[in-house]
Amino acid sequence: MSNLEVDTGDGVHPGKPVIVDRYTVGARINHWITAISLVLLALSGLALYSPSLYFLTGLFGGGQLTRIIHPWIGVVLFFSFTGLFFRFFRLNLWKKNDSVWLSRLREVLAGDESKLPEVGKYNAGQKVVFWSMSLLILILIVSGVMSWDEYFASYFTIEQRRIAVLVHSGAAIAAICVWIVHVYAGIWVRGTIGAMTRGQVTGGWAWRHHRKWLKDLVTTKH
Amino acid sequence: MFTPVPNPTTNPVPAKFGEQDLVRSSASTVTPPAKRLTEVAKLIDVSKCIGCKACQVACLQWNNLTEEIGVNVGVYDNPHDLTENTWTLMRFTEYENAETGNLEWLIRKDGCMHCADPGCLKACPAPGAIVQYSNGIVDFVHDKCIGCGYCVKGCPFNIPRLAKADSKAYKCTLCVDRLAVGQGPACQKACPTQAIVFGTKDEMKEWADHRIKDLKSRGFSNAGLYNPPGVGGTHVMYVLQHADRPEIYAGLPNNPTISPIVEVWKGVTKYAGLAAIGAFAAIGFIHHAIAGPNRVTEEDEKNAERLTEGRS
Repeated sequence: MSNLEVDTGDGVHPGKPVIVDRYTVGARINHWITAISLVLLALSGLALYSPSLYFLTGLFGGGQLTRIIHPWIGVVLFFSFTGLFFRFFRLNLWKKNDSVWLSRLREVLAGDESKLPEVGKYNAGQKVVFWSMSLLILILIVSGVMSWDEYFASYFTIEQRRIAVLVHSGAAIAAICVWIVHVYAGIWVRGTIGAMTRGQVTGGWAWRHHRKWLKDLVTTKH
Repeated sequence: MFTPVPNPTTNPVPAKFGEQDLVRSSASTVTPPAKRLTEVAKLIDVSKCIGCKACQVACLQWNNLTEEIGVNVGVYDNPHDLTENTWTLMRFTEYENAETGNLEWLIRKDGCMHCADPGCLKACPAPGAIVQYSNGIVDFVHDKCIGCGYCVKGCPFNIPRLAKADSKAYKCTLCVDRLAVGQGPACQKACPTQAIVFGTKDEMKEWADHRIKDLKSRGFSNAGLYNPPGVGGTHVMYVLQHADRPEIYAGLPNNPTISPIVEVWKGVTKYAGLAAIGAFAAIGFIHHAIAGPNRVTEEDEKNAERLTEGRS
């Protein structure tokens, strides 16, 4: 199993076109809880980040409520993402071919995938998104708890809390940038969104973007 | 003796200053008023303080605050720290002067210093929640406070406290409501030894000079004024017997400034961060415009069908 780029919920349905199961219902619910939390966190966080965006507090019922709700959404996101992490980390482990893929970023961006190594369930770009989000969310939850003065102020010195808010804002900006890459990739590569809505992609999509995954699926599942 | 602020008339008078006199307002820009008020200051002469805590009581009384009954752990400080109700606190230090062999009781009245460059105001994300008047008063506007605690991180003197009851930040107002009708701060009014005096900032500096000369004539050769330039000077100043070592006065910071971490967080990070987000979004749009969508072809679908043929 370890060399095969296949998850337990994945499957192939031959036909015209071929339909491939990519994400289970559980994974999709888990993903969308994370996604909604992340968007709400970005909006409420940016509201407190820059005076020019303070008006965003209106979405949450004012400044006080924004300050109250933001850390709790953070807690939801942390546990939700932890779920995603354990679902996805195995097939996101870095392989030799990923470095080759990444070194040919020019072909990737041109959409010229014939010149790239065959990709498993995740390509190197997706893996970079996965691991950077994992790291950033870990940094965000730790620095977030450290600057959650309502409950945790007494556990940290003021100097530690100063460092925490600075790290928190830096990591949040990085996470928003990674999120932009993630969403853009989903839009640019047509046929991707279905993986997270219906849980399925077409065989052609899998052949074009994740050929090793498709081949492994065909050999194991039938 | 410094001539104290006279008792004002008992007839109602219009406020001497207000919103039109703001020079700074947190997370917003204000147009500085054409006419600036005379800067005021409170001068605390530590050498004259007898530790009676009348100022603490006056502060509680005027501001209608009640402190919890605490626990005696064998020190004079009561309560043990500033709180959302205790906006000023006598901090007692027993200092053994190695030069003279004397035990000196250093009693410092702690509280907001009303910095000319206030770190709390710089850190505050809520528009108008922290304001600075042209006479030097830095005040918290509780209607607008969101209780995030950023002011606590911004303050170089560890002064603001978040209240448990309403999660808003509290500190000394320099009795802004009394000053507005021509009175001095409540603590100054209550001080029996004139260890606290109040007037214009220039008057206070002058009075401090007079006090420092007196202290020097009594052998305190390092006596001096604490008006730290790192925060642009303050509108609460101390006369210290040992001005060369403010830290012996219960940790009064020596040359305080707004933390560089706060400066970076509230300065370059804010602009660089928004620029980075904007750049990533822009790159996405440009790439899509140039490269176009990455679509699956008929050929891809055929290949997939060929691969799965006869496998069902």
